[in-house]
Amino acid sequence: MLSIKDLQVNIGDKSILKGISLDINPGEVHAIMGPNGSGKSTLSHVLAGKDGYTITGGSIEIEGQDLAEMAPEKRAREGLFLAFQYPVEIPGVSNIYLLKAALNAVRLHKGLSEVDALDFLTLVKEKIKLLGMDEKFLYRSVNQGFSGGEKKRNEILQMAIMEPKMCILDETDSGLDIDALQIVAAGVNSLRSESRSFLMITHYQRLLDYIVPDVVHVLSDGQIVKTGGPELALELEQKGYGWIGQEA
Amino acid sequence: MASAVSSLEKYVEEYDEIKSTLPGQELDWLVQLRRQGLDQFSTQGFPTIRNEDWRYTNVTPLIKKSFQSVVVKPSIAVMPEQMHDYYVPDCWQVVIVDGHFSKTLSKLDGLPEEVVVMALSDALIKCPDKVKRYLGQAVENEDHGFIHYNTAWFSEGLFVWIPQQVKMKQPLQLVHVVTQENVATATRNLIVAEAGAEGMVIESYFGSQAQAYLTSSISEVFIAENAHLTLYKLQNEASKALHCSGIYSRQEKHSSFNYLDFSFGGLMARNELHVNVGFAAACDLNGLFVGRGRQHIDNHTSIEHLQPRGSSRELFKGILDGRARGVFQGCVKVFEDAQKIDSEMHNHNLLLSDNAEIDTKPQLIIYADDVKCAHGVTVGQLDDASIFYLQSRAVSEEDAKDMLTFAFANEMVEKIKVSGFKSYILALLLQRFPQGSIEKEWL
Ligand SMILES: Nc1ncnc2c1ncn2[C@@H]1O[C@H](COP(=O)(O)OP(=O)(O)OP(=O)(O)O)[C@@H](O)[C@H]1O
Ligand SMILES: [Mg+2]
Repeated sequence: MLSIKDLQVNIGDKSILKGISLDINPGEVHAIMGPNGSGKSTLSHVLAGKDGYTITGGSIEIEGQDLAEMAPEKRAREGLFLAFQYPVEIPGVSNIYLLKAALNAVRLHKGLSEVDALDFLTLVKEKIKLLGMDEKFLYRSVNQGFSGGEKKRNEILQMAIMEPKMCILDETDSGLDIDALQIVAAGVNSLRSESRSFLMITHYQRLLDYIVPDVVHVLSDGQIVKTGGPELALELEQKGYGWIGQEA
Repeated sequence: MASAVSSLEKYVEEYDEIKSTLPGQELDWLVQLRRQGLDQFSTQGFPTIRNEDWRYTNVTPLIKKSFQSVVVKPSIAVMPEQMHDYYVPDCWQVVIVDGHFSKTLSKLDGLPEEVVVMALSDALIKCPDKVKRYLGQAVENEDHGFIHYNTAWFSEGLFVWIPQQVKMKQPLQLVHVVTQENVATATRNLIVAEAGAEGMVIESYFGSQAQAYLTSSISEVFIAENAHLTLYKLQNEASKALHCSGIYSRQEKHSSFNYLDFSFGGLMARNELHVNVGFAAACDLNGLFVGRGRQHIDNHTSIEHLQPRGSSRELFKGILDGRARGVFQGCVKVFEDAQKIDSEMHNHNLLLSDNAEIDTKPQLIIYADDVKCAHGVTVGQLDDASIFYLQSRAVSEEDAKDMLTFAFANEMVEKIKVSGFKSYILALLLQRFPQGSIEKEWL
C-alpha cells in the first residue's frame, strides 16, 4: 500500500527526516511512536503533500504511484487521508459542506456520479452517530470553536465519509477523554479491512490497546531506530525511549 | 489641468440643450435649485484628487470622455425578457432605463394604496409639495461636484413615501439600467418613512456588457421617529462604467436604518454613504465590495452622531483580485452633546493577488466624553494552512480558494433578510467564485 524508501526531508536548511524506510501492506496497522520533535508530524505532512518541506532524497509511493509529484488533493482522491494533530479551523465553511465536497471529489475521481443529497444525509447521520457526535456539528463551521477532542472526532468523521485506503492518524488520541477514545477507536476499528491500511502516530500505549497494531516503529531524530510487534509499545510505555539508543 | 476644464465646459454647454427636457420645469423652487446646482458645478466641476476626500479616486480620466446626457439620446426600447436577469423575485419594481421611468417594465400591483411609490418625474406632477419637503434636504450641507451635477441634471428617480405606521409587506426594488454607450445618467431618489413606518428598498444598478457610461445617483433617505428602514444596494454596472452614488440618510429619534451595500461591477465605483443618527436611533451599515481586473471601488462613509444615545455599527468587507484597487474611508463623528454613543466600525479586506491594493482609512472624531467607540481594520490573504487542509480533503486548490473567499463574503450575504435578494446575490458571487457555494439545500 504505502512504500517509503530512504526518505530524507529538509525544512529550509535543517534536516528533519534522515532516511526513513517503511512498508505498509494492505490491511496492516502500523504505529509510530517517538519523542517530541522526532519528525512524526513532519512525516505525516510530507505524505499528505504540505508545502514547506523539501524532499532531498528517497521516495514515497502509494500502490506503486509516486506521491512526491502529486498535488495534495490528488493524494486525497487516491485514498490517502491524514487526520491532523492540529486540525485547522475554517470559519464560514460549514462542516457538512466540506464533507460533501470531499466525498464528491473522491467519487468523481473514481468515475462515480455526485452523491445524491438524500443518500448523503443518511450516510452522514449514520457516521456521526458512530462517532457519538451531535448533529449540530454538521452545521457549524469546520472545527471553529470545537474543543480539542471534538476536532479529533471531526477528523475521524471526515475519514469515515471519505473511506480512504491509507489512513494516517497523527496523535488522534491526544485530547480525547477516556470515553471518546473508546468511541473513536471503535470508529477506526469499524473501518479496518483487508484493503485499508493505517499509520497511527501516538505517544501512548492506551490507543494501541483498542486498535492493536501489526507493527510498531520508533522514530527518533528523523530515523526509525527500532521496529517490532505490539509488545514494543508496551515496553516503551514502561521504559521510555532512553534504552533504545543504548541497546543499539 | 486643461483637459479637465474643457471637459467641464462640454458638460456645462450641454446643459442649455437639455434643461427644457428635465422634469419639474414649471416648479420655480426646483428650477432655482437646479440653477444653484449648475452654478456650483460650473465653478468646481467634478472632484479631483486634489480634494482630500477624493485622493484615492481619480475620476478625471473617465470624465474626460464627456459622457452625453442620456436625455438627448433617443431611448432604445427594452423588451421585458431582457429585464428578467435584473428582477429580484417577490419585489415590487420601479424600472428606470437610460434615465427614464418605464411604466411597462415596472411592477407595482398590490402596493398598499396609502404608500406612494412612483417615478420622481410623476411625483413632481402629482405631489410636488411632498417632493419639495424632501428634495435636497439631506444633502444641503454637502458640497461636491457630483451632488451639484446630480441636482442640475437628474432626469428621473424613485419616490417612495411610506405614511405613519404603515408597514410595507414586500420590498421595493429600483431597477436602474443603462443600455447605451457613452451616456451620462443622473437620478435622484427620495425615500421617506414617516413615524412608525417600516419599509424595505433595494436599489440596483445594471448595465449592458462592456459599455462605458456614467451613473450618477443620489438618494436622500428620511427616517422619522420610530420608523425602520432597510435599504439594500447592488452595484453591478457594465465593466467600463463609472458609478458615482451617494446615500444620505437622516434619522430621527428611536428610528433604525439597516443598510447593506454590494458593489461588484463597473470600472470605477464611488459609493458614498452618509448617515445622520438621531436620538437613541440605531444604524447598521454593511458593505461587500468585490473587484478584479483593473476595477476601482471606493467606499466613502460617514456616520454623524449629533444626538445622545445613538448606536452605529459598520462593517465593510473587500475582496480584491488582479490589479483591482479598493478604498474604504469611514468616519465616525460624535458631536459634543451626543453622549452615550455606542459605535463600532470595521473594515476587513482580502487580497487575492499580489497586485491588488486596498487603502483603508478609518477615522474617529469624538467631541463627547461619555461614548463607546471601537474600530478595527484588517488586510489579509487567504490562509495557506486552510487551503492545504481543504486540499487534504480532496478539494482542488482553486476550489479551496473559492470556498475560503466565499466564506469570507458569506458573512455579508447572511445579513440579507430578503430571501429573493439573498439568492440573487449568492448567484452573482457564484459567478465570481464558482466553487465557493455554501449550499443550504439540506439544512
Ligand atoms: N517550520 C519549521 N522550521 C524549523 N523547524 C521546524 C519547522 N517545523 C518543524 N520543525 C522542527 O522539525 C522537528 C520535527 O517536528 P515534528 O512536528 O515533525 O515533530 P513530532 O515528532 O511530530 O513532535 P510531537 O510529538 O511534539 O508532535 C522539530 O524539531 C521541529 O522543531
Ligand atoms: Mg507531531
